[in-house]
Amino acid sequence: MTAAAIRICGATKRYGDLRALDGVDLEIAEGEFFGLLGPNGAGKTTLISALAGLVRADAGTLEVMGHDVVRDYRKARQQLGVVPQELVFDPFFTVREALRIQSGYFGIRNNDDWIDEILANLDLTAKAGANMRSLSGGMKRRVLVAQALVHRPPVIVLDEPTAGVDVELRQGLWQFIRKLNGAGHTIVLTTHYLEEAETLCGRIAMLKAGRIVALDTTANLLARFATHSLKLRLAQPVPALPGSVSLGQGWLEFAIDRYDEVEGRLRQVREAGGEVMEMKLGEPDLEKVFVGVMQSA
Amino acid sequence: MTGFRTLLYKEILRFWKVSFQTVGAPVLTSVLYLMIFSHVLDKHVQVFDGVPYTSFLVPGLVMMSILQNAFANSSSSLIQSKITGNLVFVLLPPISYREFYAAYVLASMFRGAFVGLGVALASLIFVTLPLAAPGWILAFALVGGGILGSLGVVAGIWAEKFDQLAGFQNFLIMPLTMLSGVFYSIHSLPDVWQTVSHFNPFFYMIDGFRYGFFGQSDVSPWRSLGIVVVCFAFVAGLTLNLLSRGYKLRG
Repeated sequence: MTAAAIRICGATKRYGDLRALDGVDLEIAEGEFFGLLGPNGAGKTTLISALAGLVRADAGTLEVMGHDVVRDYRKARQQLGVVPQELVFDPFFTVREALRIQSGYFGIRNNDDWIDEILANLDLTAKAGANMRSLSGGMKRRVLVAQALVHRPPVIVLDEPTAGVDVELRQGLWQFIRKLNGAGHTIVLTTHYLEEAETLCGRIAMLKAGRIVALDTTANLLARFATHSLKLRLAQPVPALPGSVSLGQGWLEFAIDRYDEVEGRLRQVREAGGEVMEMKLGEPDLEKVFVGVMQSA
Repeated sequence: MTGFRTLLYKEILRFWKVSFQTVGAPVLTSVLYLMIFSHVLDKHVQVFDGVPYTSFLVPGLVMMSILQNAFANSSSSLIQSKITGNLVFVLLPPISYREFYAAYVLASMFRGAFVGLGVALASLIFVTLPLAAPGWILAFALVGGGILGSLGVVAGIWAEKFDQLAGFQNFLIMPLTMLSGVFYSIHSLPDVWQTVSHFNPFFYMIDGFRYGFFGQSDVSPWRSLGIVVVCFAFVAGLTLNLLSRGYKLRG
């Protein structure tokens, strides 16, 4: 049996009347690529902050690689690398200084070989001597990732790491994170880009108002909640057909569970006097799952 | 220990990188005080027997620099890190609250001592300074720097904006240091103000520190040291308590 990289039992956190975390139970196995999704204010960042010791949960226990984040905080933090959501940096230092200092905080001296490797993987080698202030937003984001990795943590948490990041960097970043996951690191990701989560994550939890409202493998979530879509553009309007939604400009959309329903729908259109000019078939996607889960939760 | 040492190093490096502002400027300010006050008052005022006013003034200015810069270091570093959000780099690693406290306070003491030494060396251009009991100089510099470094940590974690920190500095720290006998002996004050001064812990820091130079003071250096050590224990206890609870740092 694979050990749990993260184990959360009954985590609760209130801010006044607001329940930021309302009894969260979650277990993430070693080596998983896990997605934590939810609308703004759902509690994703609070949950990550509680794991990282930046916030103290009112009740419940949180463990990283078997170490309680409060009682055994030194070992728990040593096992965890967090890329924070905010684009923060220390303006006094160069990239290399920042990474050396961060290594020292984790008790590691003479870490330059690993720092060089991280810099190369994040395409930051040329900027090693540059002051943090002089870097672009995307570069600063990469340094944040580098800072989270200096102590080679087995568990890496990325809180919306691609917010406001250009496509090239996003792809480079995911390539590197996938490599780390392939090497055995457990990855926990929060993102608003659902297609990213769909492509990368093996398992997903959806949070709403501090509670987990869906938790399953990405494949199961897609199979369980999402439907295919059949979109048709007609030569002329037809009377409203059951099971269809008009999208305007002659387009109709049918929700279908399987592709063998396509023929039946086409027949329905023809019988209503419709002539099909264009057709699109849509795959199930996480966005639909997300919307469905959030509406029903 | 590497975590603590790195945080201490980073805090020292931080002020050293802007030493023009954090060391040079306060030294210049103190030297200006010294030039102006000595020019105006040297021939008119004598506080201790056989000690010219300019010489009397120097230890007070040195100690004031130590105290104000120790406070400024921890408080400004913390509030900047809080407001820019980069304090997270210190909060994520396995650094205990005691190590956090020790690193910020020691770096503050270091900056205080550095500026104090700068003021003392610059003043040698104008005066000669006796060193009657150097042990007292060191003791009061260390404990005084420790108290103000700790107060800086308290102010830095309590304040949520620069305005609040400036209030703490300008309406509490500054008056207490200026009214502590830097520029005068409290024996020259009316009785009521002498009594009030005895409730100001900064008075004991400066009086004891000055004893180390001249072997003369308003009150016994032992009494001053006792009061200053008790103050340090109180402020350190308060600061460690706030840090252990994660007050305003770990929501």
